[in-house]
Amino acid sequence: MNARLTVIIVMFSLLWAGDSPAVQPDERLSDPTLEARARELSKNIRCLVCQNQSIDDSDAELARDLRILVRERLTAGDSNQQIFDFLVTRYGDFVLLKPPMKASTYALWFGPLVVFVLALAGLFVFFYRRMQANAAQPDVVALTSKERARLSALLDDNEKDRP
Amino acid sequence: MSRLVFIAPLILFAVVAAYFAIGLTKNASILPSALIDKPVPTFDLPPLKDTKPGLATADLKDDVVLVNMFASWCVPCRAEHPLLMQLARDKIVPIIGLNWKDRKTDAIAWLDELGDPYARIGHDPSGRTGIDWGVYGVPETYLIDRDGRIRFKYVGPMFPETFAEKFLPLIKDLRK
Repeated sequence: MNARLTVIIVMFSLLWAGDSPAVQPDERLSDPTLEARARELSKNIRCLVCQNQSIDDSDAELARDLRILVRERLTAGDSNQQIFDFLVTRYGDFVLLKPPMKASTYALWFGPLVVFVLALAGLFVFFYRRMQANAAQPDVVALTSKERARLSALLDDNEKDRP
Repeated sequence: MSRLVFIAPLILFAVVAAYFAIGLTKNASILPSALIDKPVPTFDLPPLKDTKPGLATADLKDDVVLVNMFASWCVPCRAEHPLLMQLARDKIVPIIGLNWKDRKTDAIAWLDELGDPYARIGHDPSGRTGIDWGVYGVPETYLIDRDGRIRFKYVGPMFPETFAEKFLPLIKDLRK
């Protein structure tokens, strides 16, 4: 096989190497639907040790413990919400990577929208005022033939002066 | 109205600056406990040593106590250990140990070397009881009141200053 082809094959195979979960083979459930649910749940559970990784991503020991715990509860028949609730009562909302919608997080969820609406309102007021100011000025009157003749004379003079 | 146009950006800046001043100086890696003012979780751990009792929920109901999560593999635990020894010696407050994700022999050897300040020690090799407490690293220290509720949690090694500042006033208060 020539070298170029090898390079191309290696490059392409790297395209598929992106997703490398921390889940170890011994943690996996034999039931594929439960395992898929476990993976989905794990992606939204924060690793409390590394804090900006999900437990699906993290190699921390506590993340492994929590992955196993999630799988145990799934096998025992818990719903997704029951599993989230179980973790939230122990670690608080922080354990969820997606913050829940509740009174204390409204500012977080709706803050950007409020800022956007305020900005729109500001822009509207700005342009509305400018339009009104323009409207208040007298209409622009067309030049009379006399004025037009004078203007072109001036412009011609100006042309001649140029080197 | 025209003055407002000039003042508004300043006010906006002040608000954002205050927000960041609070948000960025806070240590984000320290989590508040979700269990503050809640009863301690239900658990029953076997003793670490044959000579000392283990630890269960019912043991945390009579007195204001500290529950200290520790492990022999934990370096900061070693740093706070002299303080625990001193608290035990001066009988400031009973200290109860929860040995988290540790091997029995390692933990006993560690206590033999550094001294054992604990009134009782529960052994939690799987770390499951720790998870019920919301432990995410060691050391962590919890203050329990007479009704068996968690009143305060401190993450990381305690030193004499932190103890005097954060725990002592609370302990006095809870003993009233």
